[in-house]
Amino acid sequence: MSATNLLVLDGLLVISLVGLAWAALAGSDARRSVILFMAFGLVLAAAWVRLLAPDVALAEAAIGSGLAGALLLAAVQEQPRQPLAARTASNSNPNKPGLSVALQLAVSVLCAALAGTLAWALAHAFNSAPQNALPRAVSSNLEASGVSNPVTAVLLNFRAYDTLLELAVLLTAVLGIFALGPARPGYQAAGPVFDGLARWLVPVLILTAGYLLWVGAHAPGGAFQAGATLAAASVVLRLAGRHQIGLPQGRALRIVMAGGVGTFVLIGLGLLVTGRPFLGYPPAWAGGLILMIESAATLAIAATLVLAFLGGQPRPLAVRVTCGNTSATPGPTGKPASPEGMRGAELRAAEVCNRIPETQKRC
Amino acid sequence: MIDVLSGLLVLAGVGFYLAGSIGLLRLPDLYSRLHALTKADNLGLGLLTAGLALHSQELLTVLKLLLIWLAVLSASAASAHLIARYARRQETKS
Amino acid sequence: MSELLSVSALGVIFSLSLGLLRILRGPGAADRMLATQLIGTAGVGALLLLSLLSGQQALMDVALVLALLAAVAAAAFTGRQRRARSD
Repeated sequence: MSATNLLVLDGLLVISLVGLAWAALAGSDARRSVILFMAFGLVLAAAWVRLLAPDVALAEAAIGSGLAGALLLAAVQEQPRQPLAARTASNSNPNKPGLSVALQLAVSVLCAALAGTLAWALAHAFNSAPQNALPRAVSSNLEASGVSNPVTAVLLNFRAYDTLLELAVLLTAVLGIFALGPARPGYQAAGPVFDGLARWLVPVLILTAGYLLWVGAHAPGGAFQAGATLAAASVVLRLAGRHQIGLPQGRALRIVMAGGVGTFVLIGLGLLVTGRPFLGYPPAWAGGLILMIESAATLAIAATLVLAFLGGQPRPLAVRVTCGNTSATPGPTGKPASPEGMRGAELRAAEVCNRIPETQKRC
Repeated sequence: MIDVLSGLLVLAGVGFYLAGSIGLLRLPDLYSRLHALTKADNLGLGLLTAGLALHSQELLTVLKLLLIWLAVLSASAASAHLIARYARRQETKS
Repeated sequence: MSELLSVSALGVIFSLSLGLLRILRGPGAADRMLATQLIGTAGVGALLLLSLLSGQQALMDVALVLALLAAVAAAAFTGRQRRARSD
């Protein structure tokens, strides 16, 4: 009886997923599509759970519900909203209407071919005999891997090289984000309701990130989920209109970004020097090494996601105003402070202090 | 006995969820929908977590359930406030 | 008891799909945002029920993360961005 209940539940999930995906792509309003996509991510988290993939469900909950939605909404709301159909109609070249029709036809054929190939592969997989070799190999080697969660063991030990390359891809993505120019200006200071929510939400999110990093060794969790939750904490601060969102500045940011891949590579090379294969951990040390790599990766992933939300290179916080006496420390240029220069800096600092709304002055 | 009580709480929670969704569909105005949704969802999740907390035996699970309920309570209250303020701003703008 | 839990999970997912009607129909973006909040809360409820049904503690962590991040989407939707500085 409860099996049929679960079957109906799965059917409802499938119908919701397909309906949301169709509606998200079929509309012409960009903001409507983004909101539908966010709802799709939420239902997808439940679907991952039904597919017995709680690690992926954790990542989908952290990214799909919070970060992806916030990022897409910030991007969509940057410019005046235009229905997508109107914009493409005005951009299409009136002299060659045949070209755009041919392009649409080509894309449709390619998508149909891809969907057909995937469907054939899925049917083929269901018909052939179940393969148990991979799960058997993982579970027989689990004790030597240093962790007891098979997903973490595969990601950080048996297939560590793949994860290293994934972190390198994230680093390359940051280069692309930096190439976009300066970051978006940020949000106006939030009212007391959201500010009060942020005051307790951000510490809880940071604690949850640490918990997810720790628990990844023996339960679903890990570096990616922890990094996404940590990034969500910074995004909440940014949405509340704060200037200081916990992202490291300048050189510290570069160290954090490089530390994700760098820790991985250094540990691998260190193992090479001691005579073991690259990233072949000795079983006694494997747990500690994996935790070290995951901690560095958490910080790097969180910084990457926050930079993606900022949309560009973060502006340096040049003037630090201490409450009460408006003294300004010189900016990162490091020029020696002449008395006139210090007076000018104090005047500027006083202006900045008057401009910052009262809610943001922290003593 | 505990099972009966927790089952009743869970069913009541699901009932409130359904009531909230029906209110979302049937009520005429954004503000009334917002009102119905947040109250019904908070109460629905609260009863649900109360029933599940009675059903489970470990302290850690009960604390996690309490944290989840408090988080949803304050997050949905803040979201309702934000959405209502946004809608009011849109109205007075046009 | 497990049958009760599975029926309840079905009920919660059904109320989620009712919210989908509002998200598709809703005349304004705020109505759609509202329905997304419903989907989030219903997702938390369904995950809690599934967690006790299958005995996996990890699903409670998924529900916790969903619950903590429920307000972020609404804040991003309603937040007003500053104008770019002219410097």
